Amino acid sequence: MEKLLEVEQLTKVFTLGSAISRDRITAVDDISFHIGAGEIFALAGESGCGKSTTARIIMGFEQPTSGVIIHSGKRETKNEKVWFSEGIQAVFQDPFSTFNPLRPVERYFFDTVYNYKLAKGRQHAIDYIDEKLRLVGLTYDDLSGRYPSEFSGGQLQRISIARALLTNPQLLIADEPVSMVDASLRMSIVNLFKKLRDELGVSVLYITHDLATAYYVCDRIAIMFRGDIVEMGTVEQVLMTPQHPYTQLLRASIPEADTAHRWEGEIRLTDTEQDEYLRTGCRFAGRCPRVMDICRGTPPPDYNVDGAHVSCHLYDGYPLMPAAHVALNMQ
Amino acid sequence: MEEIILRTEDLQAHYILDVYGKSKVVKAVNHVDLAIRKNEIYGIAGESGCGKSTLLKTLVAAVDPPLRIVGGKVFYRMPTGEVDVATLGAEEKRRLRLEYIAYVPQGSMSVLNPVTKIKETYQDFIESHLGAHMKQDAFDLARNHIIELGLPPKILDAYPHQLSGGMRQRVTIALATLLGPTIIVGDEPTTALDVVVQRGVVQLLKNVQSNLQNTIVLVTHDMGVHVNAADRIGIMYAGKIVEEATTEKIFGQPEHPYTQYLINSLPKFGDKTPRESVPGSPPSLAELPPGCPFHPRCPLVKDICKETMPGFTQIDRDHKVACWLVGEGDHGKAA
Repeated sequence: MEKLLEVEQLTKVFTLGSAISRDRITAVDDISFHIGAGEIFALAGESGCGKSTTARIIMGFEQPTSGVIIHSGKRETKNEKVWFSEGIQAVFQDPFSTFNPLRPVERYFFDTVYNYKLAKGRQHAIDYIDEKLRLVGLTYDDLSGRYPSEFSGGQLQRISIARALLTNPQLLIADEPVSMVDASLRMSIVNLFKKLRDELGVSVLYITHDLATAYYVCDRIAIMFRGDIVEMGTVEQVLMTPQHPYTQLLRASIPEADTAHRWEGEIRLTDTEQDEYLRTGCRFAGRCPRVMDICRGTPPPDYNVDGAHVSCHLYDGYPLMPAAHVALNMQ
Repeated sequence: MEEIILRTEDLQAHYILDVYGKSKVVKAVNHVDLAIRKNEIYGIAGESGCGKSTLLKTLVAAVDPPLRIVGGKVFYRMPTGEVDVATLGAEEKRRLRLEYIAYVPQGSMSVLNPVTKIKETYQDFIESHLGAHMKQDAFDLARNHIIELGLPPKILDAYPHQLSGGMRQRVTIALATLLGPTIIVGDEPTTALDVVVQRGVVQLLKNVQSNLQNTIVLVTHDMGVHVNAADRIGIMYAGKIVEEATTEKIFGQPEHPYTQYLINSLPKFGDKTPRESVPGSPPSLAELPPGCPFHPRCPLVKDICKETMPGFTQIDRDHKVACWLVGEGDHGKAA
């Protein structure tokens, strides 16, 4: 499969506090992954795992501390970020704060159409907008003259996807697109991503904490924990036969709407997140039920466990994944 | 028959608003009969805007304008007998809160005072209810309670912003259970928490319930949480309870088309068959359709659904449904 977007050895360090007492938080720690053309790729994990920071770097809102992002063979640089907006579009978490409540929704569509010179004249623009809205099950007449408050959350989220589609992007970055949408309407958004992939070949970077919808819609998934990708592979591998103890805990903690799969046993929660970020070695060592001495001192390498990337010392003896450094030589 | 601890009788609570000189009535709770038993976890599920939170407000007697109870009653079962909440004075209601019925809200950040330490919030609670003026006594009580619930006692010296979201939510649960209330009411207590933390919070609620042998009313839209926590579930749609049954029956044999949609639309691991959302969107509570409020979205709609709301049909012990497909309804009323 052709690689549409490659993220190589990406690191982002945030510094907290004053010049005297400075804390460094590594929000994203040397992660590499790629998204293929026509693929839905999930970046999943709990809050504070670095998934949104990764998305913000890809979209150019943040500068990476190190690492590179390659889009269709072109490398993103500090000054050249404009290219991303046509090929990559974003859909955000809260549909109510995506749109200005005092502005008719259609104005966002006309802005995008005129800014990217996608249509000539008003009628042509309306036809073009209508075509994109039909992809998400709406029409221009549904939108015309109406304000964001007149739509439900699910509708607004579909509208924001239609707006993103105006530039015919190859990749949609969807940051928790369904977490603010009612459970009963979630599937309509998730099914839309499937439809866009199957009919238009659009790739989606699906950032979520909801592993059940990720399993339903995605092809491959990466599980992040405190800035590291701890496990990556197809959704079947990672979610049905999780190898990393953290993925196993996460998978077992998802409340399934099925009386046959209830939670068993009790769990321990951490007191503070910050300790985990600052941990040397494996960051999950403090909570891991199968922790070993080596975990507390040495960060685990990336093992190839039956084709899935698993970053855990338990799999010592499996072959190592080749390190990604293609892009670093590309300068 | 189990003992009923909290009961509503044909309860109707409306928001009566005055918008540009026109009055607008939002029927958030529309003829609800609940009978919540002693020593159970009762779950209320439904979409946002279906009136779940308003129902909870009426249960804890926190009814302030524009919300008004326009019909029906709420009863508490006290050791001395059944009490109509509407007859209680303000001081009595204040005393009953925390001691008899406690409330765990959703936004734990906006509940805890950001400029005082957790222990001072505890002290406020203890002073106002137990009259324990000795600071040290209050502190010891709070400390013992926190240790009992398995939380680290050092959080008493922390400010709310120093704690993670999950820890703050557990602190609010600890606060609500301090005086060992008979009923605990939780409004989306796990929403916006991470899955692992959510599991910890539900675990804490269940432990509290089994230690105190009391009743929990749990409102959440997350059906997965209901499976793991609730004994019985009421499905709420547009201000009404449309189906009520044990958790096993709600998930095993849902009868109302809305419940069926709600459960079948949830993705499951190991099953990638396409799933559909409930078609359409929920009705506005200010302009409810006539008849059954679900009829505009219902795939199995009949003519009668558009005119008359069905009553409850008792299809099994502990399983009742308000739907014309199931029966006319003779046990209790939903219309």
